[in-house]
Amino acid sequence: MSTPNTKEIVRYTAGTRINHWIVAISFVLLALSGLALFHPALFWLSNLFGGGPWTRILHPFIGCIMAATFYLLCVKFWRDNFMQQRDWIWLQKFKDVVGNREENLPEIGRYNAGQKLLFFTLVVCLIGLLLSGIVIWRVYFSEFFSIGVIRAASLLHAFFAFILIFAIIVHIYAGIWVKGSIRAMTRGVVTPGWAWKHHRAWFREVGKGIQSK
Amino acid sequence: MPLQSLDIVRRSATTLPEPQIRGAHTGQVAKLIDTTKCIGCKACQVACMEWNDLRDEIGTCTGHYDNPHDLSEHSWTLMRFAEYENPKGDLEWLIRKDGCMHCEDPGCLKACPSPGAIVQYANGIVDFQEENCIGCGYCVTGCPFDVPRISKKDKKAYKCTLCSDRVGVGLEPACVKACPTGAIVFGTKEDMKHHAEERIEDLKSRGFDQAGLYDPAGVGGTHVMYVLHHADQPALYSDLPDNPKISPAVRLWKGAAKPLALFAMAATAAVGFLHYIGIGPNETDEGDEEAARRESEKLP
Repeated sequence: MSTPNTKEIVRYTAGTRINHWIVAISFVLLALSGLALFHPALFWLSNLFGGGPWTRILHPFIGCIMAATFYLLCVKFWRDNFMQQRDWIWLQKFKDVVGNREENLPEIGRYNAGQKLLFFTLVVCLIGLLLSGIVIWRVYFSEFFSIGVIRAASLLHAFFAFILIFAIIVHIYAGIWVKGSIRAMTRGVVTPGWAWKHHRAWFREVGKGIQSK
Repeated sequence: MPLQSLDIVRRSATTLPEPQIRGAHTGQVAKLIDTTKCIGCKACQVACMEWNDLRDEIGTCTGHYDNPHDLSEHSWTLMRFAEYENPKGDLEWLIRKDGCMHCEDPGCLKACPSPGAIVQYANGIVDFQEENCIGCGYCVTGCPFDVPRISKKDKKAYKCTLCSDRVGVGLEPACVKACPTGAIVFGTKEDMKHHAEERIEDLKSRGFDQAGLYDPAGVGGTHVMYVLHHADQPALYSDLPDNPKISPAVRLWKGAAKPLALFAMAATAAVGFLHYIGIGPNETDEGDEEAARRESEKLP
């Protein structure tokens, strides 16, 4: 936690935070409705959406919202997510990462290699889900595609959704694991100590003048 | 209990057995369509319309005798006319009554995500229960014969029921009743196969060497079977599939992928939980804040 005589560092502006949470809430709704149609044991989740037909109707529209808002977020985050030399070293020291031994890791910028790989996994999944989702959107689009394409798209939609859910479970856990991260996306700020410990190269860019005695 | 059929052997998107104590002890049913006896009169189409109270839109002529030109939510059966020039140079008019084949291993039922929207009775009939249908169209994706149609009006899937309502009270399907040449017959699957054998023997004696029964093994056999003059080339009959089976993509999507994906998701969450319990959170302490303050002063 910050001490009284230091200012906190802004990590996400209000606009970015709102954008992130629209994507996040859309994702949760999509995962619940999608899993309802994926596995019979989870069909009861369709009750959350007003029954099977409503689940079928709402899911693709929520998907459009997620795709559009994720695109905005993606544009904002794009440049900070390119892999750099130090990120590959960070990845090789994976055991130190999960073991909370950050002193053994290279200094990293705004995002670490895990976050960057997650970012590009999400980008690939979102593109795959959008394209395959259009093909299997029966009411409006399926008639334009051959049965072979529809079958492949059905399987791919489930595959990309599985990877996405897997990636988001990792993403959520990372937020729970690294204390202070969730605050960055709810209140927009992190303490200087958090930035210094987890993203030191980024701290060097933004950490000047945090003293406010 | 009255009003329960107690003979549902398969039910879509259902993980436990349905009431199925009542079996088909006198044999499963089958409809046998003898394409060699069909004259293309469309009495079966009319009978289907009448019994099921269906009226398709009046369409337009598309240059052939198919009318309407495709199956629809209102047309559960359709005569398809194919003109085939045989190697001798003669024209053969191959007419096939299209509609649901009532597969023993139904791709529609396998693909359906809505519990009870598709059922298979002990007698082999595959029936849609439209009140449970959610309109996703997965049955269309799963069907190897391109049969189910989604209604534009109510977004429910429809297809031939094999007149399950008639069969349930001991009647034959309406199309069978109406056929004037006896090209469509109905009975137990065993009897229909036996009848088909006699027909095939007769056809072979009259020069159709390749005559045979269409009861494709790829879908476990069907409860609607054809006698074909050219059983070696089913595709001649308006693209009847040579070897229909549930697509591998659908099999994977609605088979192994389901338990494996759920297991992997649960396992991922469990690994996170165990990591938190075993190793614990990564926290920032006062030492880090102090280090940050010191470093901040040195920043240019």
